[in-house]
Amino acid sequence: MTDAAIPANVLGTLAAKFRTCPATGLKVDLAAERLIKANAVAAVVFLMIGGIFGLLVALTRWPAVHLLSSDMFYLVLTAHGLDVLLLWIIFFEIAILYFASAIILSSRIAAPRWGWVAFALMIIGGVMTNIAVLQGDSSVMFTSYPPLKAQPHFYLGLILFAVGALIGCFIFLGTLVIAKEERTYEGSIPLVTFGALTACIIAVFTIASGAIILIPTFLWSVGYISHIDTLTYKLVWWGMGHSSQQINVSAHVAIWYLIGAVTVGAKPLSEKVSRGAFLLYIFFLQLASAHHLLVEPGLSSEWKIVNTSYMMYLAVLGSMVHGMTVPGSIEAAQRKNGYTHGVFEWLRKAPWGNPAFAGMFLSLVMFGFLGGISGVILGTEQLNIMMHNTIYVPGHFHATVVTGTTLAFMAVTYLVVPLIFQRQIIWPKLARLQPYLFGLGAAGISVFMMGAGTLGVARRHWDITFPASDVMLPHGYPPMASLMMGLNGLSAILAATGGALYIAITVGSILFGKKVDASNAAASLGPMPKKIVRDAVTKYGDAGTWHLPGTYVLVALFFTTFVLYYFVNWKYLSELWPMQ
Amino acid sequence: MADEPRTESALPLERIPFMQRLLDNPFMLLFIGVVVPTVVYILWGVMEITQIPLAK
Repeated sequence: MTDAAIPANVLGTLAAKFRTCPATGLKVDLAAERLIKANAVAAVVFLMIGGIFGLLVALTRWPAVHLLSSDMFYLVLTAHGLDVLLLWIIFFEIAILYFASAIILSSRIAAPRWGWVAFALMIIGGVMTNIAVLQGDSSVMFTSYPPLKAQPHFYLGLILFAVGALIGCFIFLGTLVIAKEERTYEGSIPLVTFGALTACIIAVFTIASGAIILIPTFLWSVGYISHIDTLTYKLVWWGMGHSSQQINVSAHVAIWYLIGAVTVGAKPLSEKVSRGAFLLYIFFLQLASAHHLLVEPGLSSEWKIVNTSYMMYLAVLGSMVHGMTVPGSIEAAQRKNGYTHGVFEWLRKAPWGNPAFAGMFLSLVMFGFLGGISGVILGTEQLNIMMHNTIYVPGHFHATVVTGTTLAFMAVTYLVVPLIFQRQIIWPKLARLQPYLFGLGAAGISVFMMGAGTLGVARRHWDITFPASDVMLPHGYPPMASLMMGLNGLSAILAATGGALYIAITVGSILFGKKVDASNAAASLGPMPKKIVRDAVTKYGDAGTWHLPGTYVLVALFFTTFVLYYFVNWKYLSELWPMQ
Repeated sequence: MADEPRTESALPLERIPFMQRLLDNPFMLLFIGVVVPTVVYILWGVMEITQIPLAK
């Protein structure tokens, strides 16, 4: 074979094989496609397992039901945190990294065999840690603070999982290099890929932090190290524990832009501004980890305030930029699509019947109003003292991770199934209902946990009734706290119903969905006002307008809510410690 | 050298702004994204913890 006969996509003796997507015209590397499918399926399986555990946690914390015994409660709580906060999210994010690099850039994926090694490590690690938890001797909860000690295979499983995820990140970076070398795109990478790059960078810091602390903790669990300093553990562990949720933020913001582009043809209002907002994430988002340590006496106020109140606010600025530019880009596109009457016709006539769009917009609104605002409250040292280690904290991160990230990931699944699995969504009417059902339930979980936390209800506690027969110092929360926890349980049932529907629709579509081909490709993506889905995603460029009256009203509403809630909490603080 | 005609390749290329070069360089972004939290959050925090006096 002469050099001239070697195709451009050949590396050594391995040739990449492509198909052309009938909906977008993109070249799809079949090796990347198989890896995306495998990681997405694993993610959904762990979501199902973790979701069942989550429902059991909520039903136990509902005082009138109080389902599980204390031993089982802490076991299930550990498994819930592990399966949904780590395994569901990171498997799906690895699928997103491969999609945002190989598929969006029409490139071959770097080192696909290493992709399968990464996948195998992640599966082995995830299963190993689940087994350790289910055996009953590793109920140390997601944080696994020493001196609580789990079985060695609990830590070993996490380490294997982290190594696999790290390999996935480097495959993403390698694919960017290949795409640039082989000129599969012109100029800068598209914004969605840049958002995925941001997620990848945060993931590298996250995984490195995990390795730094989990390797010695594993050695401690097998007896090679005599002591783990608890404060150092907390500091470094939260570099992983909180930053892993910042990977989510970057990934789901990238998905917001992706879904806006596919469903209504939205282009960013300003590529530069949106990239600048992602750059703020790269610089500052991981530092928010410090809010978990705001009441630690061993760390100075300077360290706490620089990491949270100063630098975290710069990351919050990034989120607020996205919070304006995502709906702004949708408004600009909808006005271009002909919906120009009044302030909100663009929003009323948006494709609300498309579960991808509905899930994305609900995720955007609830992440901002519930997760974003409560995150700033928790990141303020003075206000944090009122809610630290109360159930307000899980309320906050259910708003970010469940209503924000999980709902966005569910939404993009309604595009991934037809585009990557090449199957139509079954039960389209139920699929339309699913984001609303899950979103409403998840919002209820967040709001009612934050409400109970404001009343002082402790997080991670099996029983909030504290009967005199069980404790030396009986304590009672206000009756409203029990009501809040009951409403949390009802919301969890609603969210679990929406989650079960998502899994049934996704698995059913992959197994029994009608095959997507050129004749039905565009229709398979759901109802949309615009059918050209490629350029808005893959090309650099701005929307070219700032005439966005509806978005300005929404932003004003957000700021008013933010300011009011912020000052209400200062008012609460003044009542907690009245000055005489 | 004075009056030699300039070829097209000898024309100065348009300078790419610093921010554009930064945003187009994933490995520089990776370096910054790992170094900033490592220094500001982890190293500074560990330094403070090591300075806590041991209980006697």
